Amino acid sequence: MTESTTIELRINGEVHSLEVETRRTLLEVLRQDLQLTGTKRGCNQGVCGACSILVDGNSIRSCLSLAVAMQGRDIVTIEGLGDGARLDPVQQAFLDAGAIQCGFCMPGMIISAKALLDKNPRPSKAEIRHALGNNICRCSGYVKVIDAVHRAATT
Amino acid sequence: MRCTVLRRRNDTNTDTRPVGDAVGRSLPRREAREKATGAATYADDIVVPRMLYGAVLGSDYAHARIVSCDTSAAEALPGVKAVLTGDKLGGKLFGKCIEDEPVLATGKVRYVGEPVAAVAAVDRATAKRALQLIELQYEELPAVFDAEAALAADAPPIHEARKTYVGRVPPLDNPNLASYTCFAEGDAEAAWAQCDVIVEDKYETPAQQHMYMEPCSTLAAFDRAADQLTLWTSTQGVFIVQYGIAKWLGLPMSKVRVIAPYIGGAFGGKGGLTNQQIAAALAIAAAAPVKLTYSREDDMTMMKSRHPSRIYMRTGAKRDGTLVAREVRIYLNTGAYADEGPFVNAVAANFSRGPYRIPNIKTQSWCVYTNHLKAGGMRGFGVPQANYASELQIDAIAARLGLDPIEVRLKNALGTGDKFLGGQNVDHGTLARCLEAVRQASGWEARRARPAVQPGKRRGIGVASATHVSAMNAAGATVKMNEDGTLTVNTGAVDVGQGSDTALSQLAAGVLGVSLDQIKYAAPDTNFSPYNHQTGGSRTTYTVGVAVQRASENARDQIFDLAAELLECPVDDLELRPGGWVGLKGAAGKQVPFSAIAKRSLYTSGGPVMGTANWLYEAERFDPKRTLTAGFAPNAVGVFLFAALVVEVDVDEATGKVEVVEAWAAHDVGRAINPGAVEGQIHGGLVQGFGFALIEELLWDEGRLVNPSMMDYKVPGAMDVPYEIHAIVLEDPEATGPFGARGVGEIPLNLAAPAICNAIEHATGVKVTTIPATGERVLRSMLQPR
Repeated sequence: MTESTTIELRINGEVHSLEVETRRTLLEVLRQDLQLTGTKRGCNQGVCGACSILVDGNSIRSCLSLAVAMQGRDIVTIEGLGDGARLDPVQQAFLDAGAIQCGFCMPGMIISAKALLDKNPRPSKAEIRHALGNNICRCSGYVKVIDAVHRAATT
Repeated sequence: MRCTVLRRRNDTNTDTRPVGDAVGRSLPRREAREKATGAATYADDIVVPRMLYGAVLGSDYAHARIVSCDTSAAEALPGVKAVLTGDKLGGKLFGKCIEDEPVLATGKVRYVGEPVAAVAAVDRATAKRALQLIELQYEELPAVFDAEAALAADAPPIHEARKTYVGRVPPLDNPNLASYTCFAEGDAEAAWAQCDVIVEDKYETPAQQHMYMEPCSTLAAFDRAADQLTLWTSTQGVFIVQYGIAKWLGLPMSKVRVIAPYIGGAFGGKGGLTNQQIAAALAIAAAAPVKLTYSREDDMTMMKSRHPSRIYMRTGAKRDGTLVAREVRIYLNTGAYADEGPFVNAVAANFSRGPYRIPNIKTQSWCVYTNHLKAGGMRGFGVPQANYASELQIDAIAARLGLDPIEVRLKNALGTGDKFLGGQNVDHGTLARCLEAVRQASGWEARRARPAVQPGKRRGIGVASATHVSAMNAAGATVKMNEDGTLTVNTGAVDVGQGSDTALSQLAAGVLGVSLDQIKYAAPDTNFSPYNHQTGGSRTTYTVGVAVQRASENARDQIFDLAAELLECPVDDLELRPGGWVGLKGAAGKQVPFSAIAKRSLYTSGGPVMGTANWLYEAERFDPKRTLTAGFAPNAVGVFLFAALVVEVDVDEATGKVEVVEAWAAHDVGRAINPGAVEGQIHGGLVQGFGFALIEELLWDEGRLVNPSMMDYKVPGAMDVPYEIHAIVLEDPEATGPFGARGVGEIPLNLAAPAICNAIEHATGVKVTTIPATGERVLRSMLQPR
């Protein structure tokens, strides 16, 4: 038995009215119903961080969040950063630092970095490592990722 | 509404950077913006009309006969469009080295998780429900999980038909032996008598999982009217998939098209075929497009790992540290199917001498079937296992002789003109340079003599050397001029994240004197791209790079011919000028832009500018006068390169946990086409190696994987890596490489585990001969009376 309900989600400043099954995660709804495919599924278990999004300014795992529980929250996905023509300074810093390799973890990584810098504009290296500690990257060894966040904080 | 104002193209040449300048700069990756904004498309992001979703059922048993399989309830479930089993697929086997593997199990299963049935349905949930309705009856068979145990005469046979299997590896009588390799030089037996010191030990390395962030995914579409199969798939090579799919389905390759979108990491795990056959078979059976994206658990239980190894090694040296003799026995556990195992096995043996001169050596390796998940190629390809044992033995010899470990390595390092095991030439023997670089950068002597002491911790510093090859097989490239004078580079090479799209574009830009903006890199597509073997073997920048460089030079020749007509002068008087211009030498004002050259080629003279090149890396053969080989012993295909690593570690006295404090790595890459990307390969390869050394290990309870999730199988996170990893890039140009480059994708991984374990021994006095060196393992060793 599946149960559906109509919900309103505010995503990247736009309100979407959707009918969703109550068991579905926000990650599924973002990727399948709204084609916001920048948010990635790496483990679907809340471990890898590839599905990180901003909810009321905090980096959370969309794979662990039921879509129906997200009504009334302010959701920002990777597609919501920057203004279309210009990248968000955090995104730009990842480009400038050469931090991006395969890129699959990057939307989540950038979201977590954004959440950190919005709250703590001048984090130490230790604070950066801690804030990104739950976003797994298999390519970079994190050196340039940490450098990117440090750059974003200092420029 | 988003709106971007495009800048008008300059019609005068204002580019002040010299021709060739695109090479050697840390330019941002071409697709970085797409990846940073979420716009980059990966296989699972693609949606096509009428698309169904696939799901695969894995075996519950490690070794069992399939008694019956009833799919009628699954087929009756509304929304289910196709249900496949091994019997329905006809049981045709495939395999890169040995054709030993069914796409869906036929007759029996050989590991827990082996695909036995597949479903296509209107959504994922329905597909998964259908899997639960499939009724399978098994009759359990005795299983074997250890490689050496599987070679015993009374071991349960896993591949009863081994002696009838076809493939590149010859048939063998032993039903559990995939392949055997032997190399021998000198006379190891006789040489032990000349040794002043002999060290001997047993080493074990884990089943490391690739853990690319993007699980395997394929979207397959079959157009029945046109009789065409199209696959969008996460792969290391579109042509290897096209060939494999066509061969398995019995279709001509002209009916199979493979396209690679962006790839979310691979590390060897997406070489050859992954889940493409199942996706294709479902699409054909359902007569609709089918997307088959594995969950992380599917991926970890059904794909593959690095080969776990057990290595027995013995090395002897003279009192002054000169290495004299070595004997090696390597057992690689290849799991239920050979995959690339026989190649990995041969490479492990070939590299078991390490980057050293050891005149007397006998090395044997066995690639053994067991009832585990299959193992295949993973970054390093057998070398991380062999090099781990080898480098620990060098330190053991140094310790016994009271010599500095770096000095012993320098004394025996392969130099230019030396021969590799097998007799192949070492053309750039730069290990000594790498070792000197890390010795100096790390302040080795001072740190080794007086490790910093923190309460509760023991600090140590260790070193390791490594070698690897770069190259393999064939590549083609086209460099096509567009009507406006910009260029399109097409190679079919897949960028799995390492940055080859950018590096190859930089090579073309370097030859033609244009900026990266003036070059389009075409996405790999078997319909349009020239042939390329897959990404792997640290080959893309080197091998495909040669093809790109030559195709660019070919285009430049055509451009010069047209420019000579336009400027009415001999070709020899022409020069490239920055930004896409050809000018008359010595006459600053006399020049024509590429756009005018393109127009001339299309409407007046010559035809379209189309630079092409093809290239095959022709490997030097083993020297039979020098080396005795037996079994499956393909020669190393590539140029040798060298690297060295020093790491400093802290070992917690209470928990045994090892933390890498700082690392200094020197790699001779020939020429760094994009230094930032080279550093990225070194950082990333080392950290994957830190995982191999310290935490990563697939664990089985009998045949069942106990940690097939990212929760239970940990890879290094940002908190686990040292604050400082110093990537020292040395450039001794490769005579045969594009702009002097060699590939650096794999070699960093070969360094990490031995350097860390040597540092642990320096810190604690404990030899860690089994990795990962988890806190528990290290602590147990520390507590053992010595």
